[in-house]
Amino acid sequence: MNEEQGWIKTAQDGDRLVVAIGGRWTIGEAARLDDDLGRLSPGAATSVWIDMGGVERLDTAVAWILYRTVARWRDAGYAADFTRVRPEQTALLELVHAHDAPVECRPPSEPSARALVEHVGRASFEVLEETMMLLSFLGLTVQALGRSVVQPGRIRFTALISHMEKTGLDALPIVGLISFLIGVVLAYQGAEQLRRFGAEIFVVNLIGVSILREIGILLTAIVIAGRSGSAFTAAIGSMKVREEIDAMRTLGLDPMDVLVLPRLVALVLTLPMLAFFADMMGLLGGCLLAWGALGINPGQFVDRLLDAIPMWTFWVGIIKAPVFAFLIALIGCFEGFQVSGSAASVGQYTTRAVVEAIFLVIVFDAAFSIMFAYLGI
Amino acid sequence: MPSNDQTLVIRVRALRTQFGRQVVHDGLDLDVRRGEVLGVVGGSGTGKSVLLRTIVGLNPPVSGSIEVFGQDVATANAAERRAIETRWGVLFQDGALFSSLTVAQNIQVPLIEHTGLSAQIIDEITAIKIGMVGLPRDAAGKYPSELSGGMRKRAGLARALALDPEIVFLDEPTAGLDPIGAAAFDDLIGGLQRTLGLTVFMVTHDLDSLGAICNRIAVLAEKHVLVVGPMDEMLRYNHPWVHDYFHGPRARAARMT
Repeated sequence: MNEEQGWIKTAQDGDRLVVAIGGRWTIGEAARLDDDLGRLSPGAATSVWIDMGGVERLDTAVAWILYRTVARWRDAGYAADFTRVRPEQTALLELVHAHDAPVECRPPSEPSARALVEHVGRASFEVLEETMMLLSFLGLTVQALGRSVVQPGRIRFTALISHMEKTGLDALPIVGLISFLIGVVLAYQGAEQLRRFGAEIFVVNLIGVSILREIGILLTAIVIAGRSGSAFTAAIGSMKVREEIDAMRTLGLDPMDVLVLPRLVALVLTLPMLAFFADMMGLLGGCLLAWGALGINPGQFVDRLLDAIPMWTFWVGIIKAPVFAFLIALIGCFEGFQVSGSAASVGQYTTRAVVEAIFLVIVFDAAFSIMFAYLGI
Repeated sequence: MPSNDQTLVIRVRALRTQFGRQVVHDGLDLDVRRGEVLGVVGGSGTGKSVLLRTIVGLNPPVSGSIEVFGQDVATANAAERRAIETRWGVLFQDGALFSSLTVAQNIQVPLIEHTGLSAQIIDEITAIKIGMVGLPRDAAGKYPSELSGGMRKRAGLARALALDPEIVFLDEPTAGLDPIGAAAFDDLIGGLQRTLGLTVFMVTHDLDSLGAICNRIAVLAEKHVLVVGPMDEMLRYNHPWVHDYFHGPRARAARMT
C-alpha cells in the first residue's frame, strides 16, 4: 500500500533525452503529469525515451497521457519510445492505443443562423401538432365522459373521492390563506386611494366586485393549476415511464376511465367549492381591514355588500370555476400522457402543464369577460 | 495480521441492517480480496443489493463495521470518504445514467468533478472508455433513452470505470440481457478485470457468470453469508438452498457448456 508518490526525472544521454517516471501514477495525479510532460521539450536531443522502470502503479488515464505525449513527440520529428515497460503496462498502453479514435461527445449543434430558423420552424409545427393532439385528447375525454353518463357503473367512485380530497380538501389552507391576504392587501390599497375623496365606504364595493368577480376564482385556479395540474402530469407521466399505463391497457382497463375521469370530475366538482371558500376568505380579509383601518364594522360591511353588489357578481365568478377546472385537469392529464422515455421528461412536461394551464385559464377568463360584457352582466 | 489485511480491500464484520422492524442482515461477515471477482448470490429478498448499497454507503447500517481499503467507512470524514469514492465504481442495475446527458457526458461527470484534466484530454479519455466497454463510437453523442438495455449497461460500466477505480461494484450486470449479450458482458468484465487488475464485487443470479468469471462465490441466506468459496466448494456444500441453487436444472445446463 505504501507506494511512492509519482515522480518524474529527466537526464540527457548524448543526443537522447531520457524521461524516467516512477512511483504511483493514477488519475488523481494525471493533470500534474500532463503539465510536467507538456513543459518538457527535447530541445537539441533527437530522440526521447520514457523510462517506465520505476512505475509501481499505472491506470488508463495516465497510460493515455504517456501515449499521447509520445505521439506528439513523434509528430514533432523526434524518435520517441518507451523503455523498460512491464507486461501489464504494455497491456494498458495497447488498450489505449486500440481505442485511440475521437468520438463526438456532445450532441451535434448547427450553425447558429440556420439553427435559429430551424428551431422556430420546428417549434411552430410542434405547437400545431400539440394543439391537434390536445383536441383529440379532448374528444377522447368527452367520449369517455359520455360513456360514464350512459353506464354509471364505469365511474370509479373511490378514486373520485380520493382525488376530491387531494385536490379540494387538502388545498383549503393554502387557497384560504392566499385569498385572505389578497383581500387585506386590496382593501388597504383601495382605502388609501378612496380616503382622498372621503369615499372610504366604497372599499366595500371595490372588494366585493374584484374578489367575487375575478380575483377569488382566478387565484384559486392558478394555485390549483400549480398544485393539482402539476400533480396530475407527474403522476400519469411517471406511470407512463414505468410502463404502468401499458400494463393497464393489457389488463383491459381504459386509462381514460381509470386515470383521467376521476381526476377531471373531482376537479370540476371541487374547484367551485374552493372558489366559494376563496371568495369568503377574501371578503373576510377585506372586512377585517376595513374594520381595523377604516372603522367600518362587519355589520355595516355586510349591509353595504348586499346593497351594492348584485348576486350576479358572485355567480359570474363561480360559473367560471368548472370551466377552469376542466381546462386544468385536461391539460394536466394530457401532458402526463405526452411524457416519454426518461425521468427528465416528467419534469419537463410538468412545467409545461402548469404554464399552459395558467395561460389557458387567463385566456378563458378574458373570453368570459367579453361574453359577460355582451350579455350586459 | 497486517500482511493478510493488505490483500483485503473490503472487510465487513458483524453487519446488521434493517428497514423499520424488518432485519435484512444480522451478524454478516464478508471479505473481498484484492484482484478477485466475488459473486454474491442468494434468493430474492435476501438483501444482496442492500449489501452492495450498504458497502458503498447508500444505506446506513444499524451496527457492525465496513472497512474499504483498510478504512472504516462509517468513521471516515468527508475528505476521506471522497478519496474512497474515487477508488470505486458502481454499475447500477439499469445503468442509472443521467437521462439529461449524453453517454459521453455521463462518463465525463466524474472526470470533470474529480480530476483537473483539460477538456481535450477528458474527451480523449472518454473515447477510450467508450471503446473499452465495446460501445460503438456513434453511441457517445446519444442520450440514454436512445440506447438498448445492453448498451445502457455498457455505458454505465464506462462511467463506473471513468476514474480507473480499484473496485467495481456490479448489481446484476447480466440481468435482462439475451444469452449472447450476457456472455459478451461476462467476457468484457473478465477481460477488463485482468487488464486493469480490478477487484469486482458482483451481485448476480446468472449461473453462467458465476462459473465463467467469479473466483469465489458468497451465498447470502438466513440474514448472513452462509458460505464463501469457489464453485466446486459450492457444489459440495450441504444446505438445501445452496444445493437446489447449484444443482437445479438451470445449474446443470450452465455446467454442461
